[in-house]
Amino acid sequence: MDLFSAQEVSKSYSDFKALSDVSISVPAGTVFGLLGPNGAGKTTLIRIINQITAPDSGSIWFHDRKMKADDIYRIGYLPEERGLYKKMKVGEQALYLGMLKGLSRRDAMRELKIWFEKFEIISWWDKKVMELSKGMQQKVQFICTVLHKPELMIFDEPFSGFDPINTEIMKHEILRMKKEGATIIFSTHNMESVEELCDHIALIDKSKKILDGPTLDIREKYKSNIFDVFYKGDFSKIEKELTGKYSILEHVETGRTNSLKIQFLNGSTSGALIRDLVEHVEIVSFNELIPSMNEVFIKVVTQNSKS
Amino acid sequence: MSKIGLVLTREYTTRIRKKSFIVMTLLMPALMAAMFILPSYFMSQDDTKERTIAVYDGSTILLGQLESTNYTKFKFIPKEDYDKIKDHLKNSEFYALLVIQPNVLTTKTVQLISASNIPFDLKYQVQNKINTIIEKEKMAEVIKKAAIPDLEDQIKATKTSISISTIKLGESGEAKKSSTEIGMILGYVFGFVIYMFILLYGQMVMQGVMEEKQSRIVEVIISSVKPFELMMGKIIGIAMVGLTQLAIWIVLGIVIITSARGLMPAAQHAGTAQDIVAQSQMAAQASAPEQLDKIQDVLSMLGSVNFPLIIGCFIFFFVGGYLLYSSLFAAVGSAVDAQEDAQQFMMPIMLPIIFAILVMMSAIKNPEGPVAFWFSIIPLTSPIVMMARIPFGVPAWQLILSMVILVITFVGMVWAAGKIYRTGILMYGKKTSWKELGKWLTYKS
Repeated sequence: MDLFSAQEVSKSYSDFKALSDVSISVPAGTVFGLLGPNGAGKTTLIRIINQITAPDSGSIWFHDRKMKADDIYRIGYLPEERGLYKKMKVGEQALYLGMLKGLSRRDAMRELKIWFEKFEIISWWDKKVMELSKGMQQKVQFICTVLHKPELMIFDEPFSGFDPINTEIMKHEILRMKKEGATIIFSTHNMESVEELCDHIALIDKSKKILDGPTLDIREKYKSNIFDVFYKGDFSKIEKELTGKYSILEHVETGRTNSLKIQFLNGSTSGALIRDLVEHVEIVSFNELIPSMNEVFIKVVTQNSKS
Repeated sequence: MSKIGLVLTREYTTRIRKKSFIVMTLLMPALMAAMFILPSYFMSQDDTKERTIAVYDGSTILLGQLESTNYTKFKFIPKEDYDKIKDHLKNSEFYALLVIQPNVLTTKTVQLISASNIPFDLKYQVQNKINTIIEKEKMAEVIKKAAIPDLEDQIKATKTSISISTIKLGESGEAKKSSTEIGMILGYVFGFVIYMFILLYGQMVMQGVMEEKQSRIVEVIISSVKPFELMMGKIIGIAMVGLTQLAIWIVLGIVIITSARGLMPAAQHAGTAQDIVAQSQMAAQASAPEQLDKIQDVLSMLGSVNFPLIIGCFIFFFVGGYLLYSSLFAAVGSAVDAQEDAQQFMMPIMLPIIFAILVMMSAIKNPEGPVAFWFSIIPLTSPIVMMARIPFGVPAWQLILSMVILVITFVGMVWAAGKIYRTGILMYGKKTSWKELGKWLTYKS
């Protein structure tokens, strides 16, 4: 079941087209990566989901019905451009932001206490925001985003400003909330974290969606039948066997363990390759190279800009 | 609580608790009091420098008649000394040299020569003394020539001082005693309060909007609140801050005036607020029965002022003018990234406000002139100018016309500002032009 979907959404500002006919579906209980180069239209789409702006055409669905104004209370949004009132006290400010999301003062207080204890930041409560470091502010901001236990969370570059330790803590929290049933839309330029966290992705470029699907399927789809082989034995023994059937992209001889990067030329299978090798050398490891999200991203976007 | 209520409460409570607000609110009445009291205090301080002025009287009219005062001494000197002194004044014991030529009655000029700058008061004092003496001399001569008994007293009796009491005919023809002075004071005070309020608190709205934009919190907030709600919450919250301040000042003012009255021995009877106003107007009057008379007079004139109408109109124009301008200020705040960029958009907003206060000055002198009329109808100046006219009485149709136009304008302005605001607060790193602002008006939400 899709928790959220956008159907053929378009939006323009004067003569600038920000989104054209973009459709995405976000299955409930998953992490959905919304990717794309700068200026592709991601932020516009996210703002439409948050009802900050309305689409010119197309529709937005939430729980298999059109999204209503009230649904905003069930969404938590951490924008890329974020900040807090510098002169306001941390606790008061978190309370205010929680109440704006529809929590009663008492509920907001209770939830805040839980989070502040978990992150061990109770002592910040009466500090002014300007006394906190950037990373500390980000932590407070993260709490404010998820305080009202939204069903749909939207994180735009959530890890910027965090050190590696805190980044791990945040990732852990995001995955924990997913486990507890939350659905997360995650926008970032950090492709490693996409691989790590996202179940599905959609890639937007130049106002159009150019790719979407489960992360693993997409990486599978963009693989180019390249294998990484580590073996013990003489390269000369296999060289003859392999030429013609495969293209050898790279071979490294260190003396003990040698390695090869091989690409299929026509309709070969990994089984055939193993058979060809195993007769002449001792295989240490044999891996199919699945492209990283980074490679997929660059490949798809570059192709798109050429076409 | 509704979201607009939450925004409003935050705006209100964070501002009210600021040290600067508390200090300003308490200090302002003291500053205002100082502004009125200090100048008159300094004025009342006599010039205590001792000066001796050498007088050479070629005409002999004044000889011996210039009386020295506590600090200013006159010393008549003969011609020989005069010749000696006039070139060495700087090194002499004299502060100045007063030269009266023999033909003073025809030239009507005397000279006061000094090595230093002669204070205005001193010059005035000397001038007065000479005038009085010469007038007296002339008068004595006339009286002597005419040879009429008691002439001097008769002439004195011709001195007159008429006071005008102005009466305004009401629409139904009944006569009401009105006071131009009270009208002017009320008009000035009300117009000025609106002017100050729009300027100070309108800019506070702009600062607030810019703070939200610069701290980047705005996108977080408008994912829970509609931009229009955020803008209106801010505008109304800040208006309440201003009204709180105004209320505190009024209370403090009454307390200060009451306690000041209590300290003054002249008027022991405690009074109502009206009494206080009346008495402070009359504070200069000396004789008791006359003072009582005047108080009665002022009271009846105050009674003729239609206070419910004035206060009603004041609240209306106050709110209308503030909404009109603060929404403009909010739009400007949303359109710019930094304080410096705000200047180019501020100018066109400030100009009509400053212009209005200038027109108001002339409107309280001539409340029914064409300038006062037109600018009390035009919505950008009407809150200030109309307020200055109302204490004098304004025809109902003009008042209603002005109010209707103001309402239409501020509704339109709030709407347009909301549109600009909505787009502006999310625009970063772009230098906004007027053309750009116009474009934002046409964006769909």
